[in-house]
Amino acid sequence: MVEPFLELHTGPGRGYPVTQVVERGETVAIIMRRTEWFEVTTEGGVKGWVYRSDMARTLEGTGELLPVPDPSLIDFTNHDWEFGLEVGDFGGANAISAMTGYSFNESLAAEMHLSHILGRQTNQYLADVGLVHSIVMPDVRIVRRFTPFVGLGTGVLRLEPKQRFAQQLDSRTEQYAYVGAGVKFYLTRQFFMRADYRWHVVFTHRNENQEVEEWKAGFAFFF
Amino acid sequence: MESRIRVFLLAAGAAATLAVAAPSGAQAAQAVEAPASTDTPAPAGPSQDGDSDSVSQPPVIEPEVERRKVKVPKIKRSDFEIGGFAGVINVEDFNANPSYGVRLAYHISEDFFTEATVGQTTVGRNAAELFFNFDLARGERQFTYYDLSFGYNILPGEVFVGRRRAFNSALYTTVGVGGTRFAGDDEFTFVLGVGYRALINDWLALHLDLRDHAYRSTLLGLDKVAHNLDANIGLTVFF
Repeated sequence: MVEPFLELHTGPGRGYPVTQVVERGETVAIIMRRTEWFEVTTEGGVKGWVYRSDMARTLEGTGELLPVPDPSLIDFTNHDWEFGLEVGDFGGANAISAMTGYSFNESLAAEMHLSHILGRQTNQYLADVGLVHSIVMPDVRIVRRFTPFVGLGTGVLRLEPKQRFAQQLDSRTEQYAYVGAGVKFYLTRQFFMRADYRWHVVFTHRNENQEVEEWKAGFAFFF
Repeated sequence: MESRIRVFLLAAGAAATLAVAAPSGAQAAQAVEAPASTDTPAPAGPSQDGDSDSVSQPPVIEPEVERRKVKVPKIKRSDFEIGGFAGVINVEDFNANPSYGVRLAYHISEDFFTEATVGQTTVGRNAAELFFNFDLARGERQFTYYDLSFGYNILPGEVFVGRRRAFNSALYTTVGVGGTRFAGDDEFTFVLGVGYRALINDWLALHLDLRDHAYRSTLLGLDKVAHNLDANIGLTVFF
């Protein structure tokens, strides 16, 4: 290691006391990593937890600094998979939504959303797939943390009236299409916030199509 | 060595005469030459076959250090937690009933985590239903709930069992949203919780949880907020 010694905490947290130090020249074996902490064993068989930045100051067998790769802002616009959870409003009803997306390149991605809409009169279940185009932002300070996007897609919804409205309303399954826009905001490591606006057209079996607006925001991560 | 090169040149010549197009023959000769030169590890000084133009200037010093391909071992990550729980849930207006479910958590940092839980219970008949012999839950007595929560480890620490053992632990709070399905309806549910996690070893954790699942209910004909308190014990595995 580069530093005179490496501090071993009793647990994976900043408050856990340091009960052991490893001097320069000794080696440790890494057992695993949990969040920002590495569990290691010393030559003497003592286990302890080392913080990421301390671990990055240790040397590998080859004499090079141990690489501790972590996703960063660069990966924010350049990753494969993302996963997120959002909460919001779907035509006046509460919406809970889980999404996953796969990026083909910096700007084009495919997304799938599963939503549960909990209203006063009905419950709805939505599943859709769509394409998203992300706008690559200039590489300046705060601006690069934002990624605006537009998208469109199609899906099916299942609508079930609540028991009190079962006489007036029917259960039905219908197809819909949507266009949307939104923004992602990079937080740290692989985490970001995400806000979506969508405008749906539900192709009903009645004479008129139904239009529904949806707003939602949530938390997502990429890997 | 000498004879090998001769055989080689002969073969190359034969190939060149056999081939109709002269450039393709030269290409074939070059193609074979590359592996032949690897037979002589040290550069053989000035090249002996003067007719081949393809041999470039030999390097002055041949690097003898072989580039080692260093492969960094992948460090095992263990940020996910999966497990089950069992306990008792008080379904408002419908007694306390045994509940059970599963949970999946992802630890974002040492302070924060996200968690998804799904649980269920079968609701018993309450006093009014028994007395007047009717079914308030419209025949659907299964009470199923899920939530997506954010958790914060407010009090991380250690617990000591006897003189020799110490376990890492944390008291945490969770806040989340989800859905509850009961009596044929889904209701949007707010979930507030407090829990305690003790790690028995690196990968096994014991949980004690207290959760309030609150939603607007009109089941009894009046619009009210129903609080359903769930107390449970769980075991989870980190992976």
